[in-house]
Amino acid sequence: MAVTVETYATLAEAQRAMAGGRARFLGGGTILMRALNEADPSISTIVRATDPALRQIRPEGGEIMIGAGVTMAELARHRDTAFLAPVARVIGGPQVRAAATVAGNLFAAAPYGDMAAALLALGATIETADGRRQPIEELMRPSGSGAGGLVAAVRVADPRGAFHFCKVSRVKPKGVSLISIAALLPRPGGRIERPRIVFNGMGPRPVRAAEAERALEGRSLDAAAIAAAARAAAEGFDPPDDALASAWYRREVAGVHLARLLTGIR
Amino acid sequence: MAQKPIRFTHNGAERAVFVEEGANLLDVLRRGVGDLTPKYGCGQGTCGACTVIVDGAPRLSCLTLAETVDGGRVDTVAGLAEGNRLSALQEAFMSHFAAQCGYCTDGMLMSATALLKDNPRPTREEVVEAISGNLCRCTGYEAIIEAILTAAGSGGARRAG
Repeated sequence: MAVTVETYATLAEAQRAMAGGRARFLGGGTILMRALNEADPSISTIVRATDPALRQIRPEGGEIMIGAGVTMAELARHRDTAFLAPVARVIGGPQVRAAATVAGNLFAAAPYGDMAAALLALGATIETADGRRQPIEELMRPSGSGAGGLVAAVRVADPRGAFHFCKVSRVKPKGVSLISIAALLPRPGGRIERPRIVFNGMGPRPVRAAEAERALEGRSLDAAAIAAAARAAAEGFDPPDDALASAWYRREVAGVHLARLLTGIR
Repeated sequence: MAQKPIRFTHNGAERAVFVEEGANLLDVLRRGVGDLTPKYGCGQGTCGACTVIVDGAPRLSCLTLAETVDGGRVDTVAGLAEGNRLSALQEAFMSHFAAQCGYCTDGMLMSATALLKDNPRPTREEVVEAISGNLCRCTGYEAIIEAILTAAGSGGARRAG
């Protein structure tokens, strides 16, 4: 198991070192180091970048720029990302949060990926090492092979109170998600406008619940709208059977937890 | 296999060691430095027995690529006591029988040390949250939680940090 570790000062250099397609990029290490400890034979070259820009959070042009290497612990305590704190605080335990990065979470397979679900609901923009920007949907498509480059930063607008999140796990604190739900519900003039509701754990990647969104569009957030969204919640999903829950259970409770989340919104 | 030299501060002392490429910090501490306080439990980031404090934050040393701590600071249980005098946190673990088999204890102590450094008067909920990344299969956690709360009450946080 001869592993080579290459360290670069910039992400652009790291990107060039990844060109052969065989190297793996090291973020916080919570996924890659685990594979390495298991002697995963597919890992031969590890690439990392030490650019301090990857650890920055700063407001920029009406959005918050979050460097790819920002950790869950940093997201949870930074003033500019307070709206993401409820998500960051329930990912892993303290040791994982001190290491796990925002970009790493974008590529974390279920049951991980709660932050990716939140960023999908928020309509974040992904910036890659070559400076290109793309909607997070491009990255989250089930068929997608990745960003087409290393992620440099995530840009997201402050939802100003319109973002809501819940995580459903059997063990608290620190249990992994059976499912998690992230919802962006702008209500200009009291009516829901272009809601974005994302389920994590209902498939291999976080996915928008199109039918639930349709059920809420243009309505006020009342009991009838919530009931309609709950009925539609599992539509179009093919959830997994795994050690955490059966597909049947996930279908049954998806609407229940969506209704609880929506009912709790003032 | 290629070896790389790294330097870091270990419980206040400067260390310079050669690490194999891809080695994790737990291996380097145990085999390279000879500090056997961080324990190998799962190698998966699940059990927390390998918890150490890197640059002030609790980290799983088994999931930390050793060369990433080059130039940094690593604190372990081996640095808690002053000579023969245990820290208040260690004393509280003893008086509360917070260790049975003891395998999780070093990780628990480091998670608790990290907590008390930032939050010298934690609530019970904050203590539970702080050790949520550390599994104990013997004690049922109650004795550990009580020990940490007692150490906090006695001002042990500042000395332990």
